[in-house]
Amino acid sequence: MDNLLLMMAPLFNSKLLLVLFFGTLFGLILGVLPGLGPTTGGALILPFTMTLDPLSAIVLLTSIYCAGTYGGAITAVLINTPGTPAAAATCLDGYPLAQKGEAGRALGMATVSSTVGGIFSVVILVFFAPILAQLAYEFGQPEYFALAIFGLTMLASIGEGSPIKNLIAGAFGILISTVGKDFMTSIDRFTFGINELTEGIGFIPVVVGLFAMSEMLTQSTLINQVFNRIALKAIKLPSKDDYKKTWKTILRSSGIGSFIGVLPAEGGTVASLIGYSEAKRFSKKPEEFGKGSIEGIAGAEAANNAATGGAMVPTLALGIPGSATTAVILTGLIIHGVRPGPDLFREQPDFLYGIFGAMLIANVLFFIFGFFGAKIFARITLVPNKILWPMIFAVSVCGTYSLNQSIIDVWIMLFFGVLGFFMRRYGFSVVPVIIGLILGELVEGTLRQSLVIFDGNWLMFFTRPIALTFFILSLIALAFPLIRAKKIKK
Amino acid sequence: MKNVQKQKRANKSLPFFFRDEFKVSFVIIFISVALLITTFTFDIVPPILNRGIQPATFPKALLVLIIAMTLLIYYLATKNPWKIQKELPKSFFLTLSSFLIFLIISKTLDFFLAISVLSIFVSYCWGEKRIFYLLLVGIIFPVIVFIFFETILGLRFPPGIITNIYYS
Repeated sequence: MDNLLLMMAPLFNSKLLLVLFFGTLFGLILGVLPGLGPTTGGALILPFTMTLDPLSAIVLLTSIYCAGTYGGAITAVLINTPGTPAAAATCLDGYPLAQKGEAGRALGMATVSSTVGGIFSVVILVFFAPILAQLAYEFGQPEYFALAIFGLTMLASIGEGSPIKNLIAGAFGILISTVGKDFMTSIDRFTFGINELTEGIGFIPVVVGLFAMSEMLTQSTLINQVFNRIALKAIKLPSKDDYKKTWKTILRSSGIGSFIGVLPAEGGTVASLIGYSEAKRFSKKPEEFGKGSIEGIAGAEAANNAATGGAMVPTLALGIPGSATTAVILTGLIIHGVRPGPDLFREQPDFLYGIFGAMLIANVLFFIFGFFGAKIFARITLVPNKILWPMIFAVSVCGTYSLNQSIIDVWIMLFFGVLGFFMRRYGFSVVPVIIGLILGELVEGTLRQSLVIFDGNWLMFFTRPIALTFFILSLIALAFPLIRAKKIKK
Repeated sequence: MKNVQKQKRANKSLPFFFRDEFKVSFVIIFISVALLITTFTFDIVPPILNRGIQPATFPKALLVLIIAMTLLIYYLATKNPWKIQKELPKSFFLTLSSFLIFLIISKTLDFFLAISVLSIFVSYCWGEKRIFYLLLVGIIFPVIVFIFFETILGLRFPPGIITNIYYS
């Protein structure tokens, strides 16, 4: 009961409500604009959060996360371009349905299923995060090492790019985390005599570079692209018949999305793809999928929004990001001096339940904004790239500079922008770099501390049941893409 | 799908050193080897201070792993070639060069001026010819961003010809 009251706290705090309002609005705008999204938006807004108290800052980031994930559906339905990668599966049926003159119905279903998925996942978060946090008390350094390895091996199946390329990108992310003074011995590594690098490479320049700047370069190759935008008269709530057809799909996808979200490093993209394919598998009319099936939209959208709450579970309970956006939220927590993990649940329940409550309200808010404002948000896609991207560049540069007031950070951002562009061009996803960067210190630190505990005996890792379980799960995670590829071939 | 197969076949007909998979693998391995050599220059910690492993061991292991996985993707690509990427348009190279211009101007003249020049240059190269919009992205918007960061975040931008006028 106390926790429920704590969850409702944001409703009675005008400042938090205002933050939620703007976060949801900003998240929707980011989600609607192809190439941007909650990850880039979160990274860009992070410097601004320094003026806020920790709870308001994290509420802002999480509301951007929830609304941004939904916002991608608007562009997916109307211009056949996913606003966010998580909305890719929504294009498959959303756009064909819109072409049939039913854009309002498609968006209505996307809005309802996103809201149900999002709220379902917050319930999962409220119940499972404390349980996982309780379990985490059993974790020592070897267990955390094995868990981080599990998180990294999950990169093999994140959906974008080939599994090996994702693992290379993840290893590269960890390598970036080794730049600077070694935290145990204070010995310089990969600093090449540059003083500014002794503190290491910051998270924000890398994220903004890999997401925003590389996207700017990608957009520079698409300046002649013309989108066929379908006109939207008004968004329609699903009919009774639509609800009858889709309620099972929405619930199933909500469950799938929440589960996928909980897995370290996985996120909305994988969740929506699996939610969509399962919706097709269970459908009475699978032949309609790809031609404007209302179930397809419901399956994909419920799953990707359900992944938001799921991804917050390992982020808050263990400090292991559940997705790229939660890696940004994790950075936000660290910047504001909040250390995620089991102690957070014991020492700051008001903070945690405030976040849970804010996520719940954000899901309701984006339903209202989406329902009444989808037509206006759709118009945002009309802002020409030749105006939009130079503006994003200005914000990116100032935002990156502002954190440490370092011009080197801006150069690093531009370097990672170019690198990110070429990575994406040759099929390397940039998400694993972010996850690798954020997990790098944890992997190396826990490995070295474990070896101290084990007196240098590596085999001792396998004598710890929890660590052994994570290693076995890691092997399964590595084998999963191979099994999936064989299944597809058959 | 057919198009992808066609691009893959076209790629297979190229000499191996012209193929994307070779060029990408070569670059990754070359950089990894260079970094691996660098790790041998890291200071070695005396056993009394050494906790677990030497500071160079972890990056070394990572680099070896990256090299091994890159060889694996190259081997797999010989069986299943990557599709050929479309040539990059002129607008890409202009945008890329604008990054370079930004670096030079921000280092030598002014950070704020560099943002303005890049914004106008990119917007123009991407097809914007209307003066108002060029002024909007190149001057009005950067000024708003500058004032916002300056007043709300209390940020002090690096000195330069324009920034100095503002601060003085």
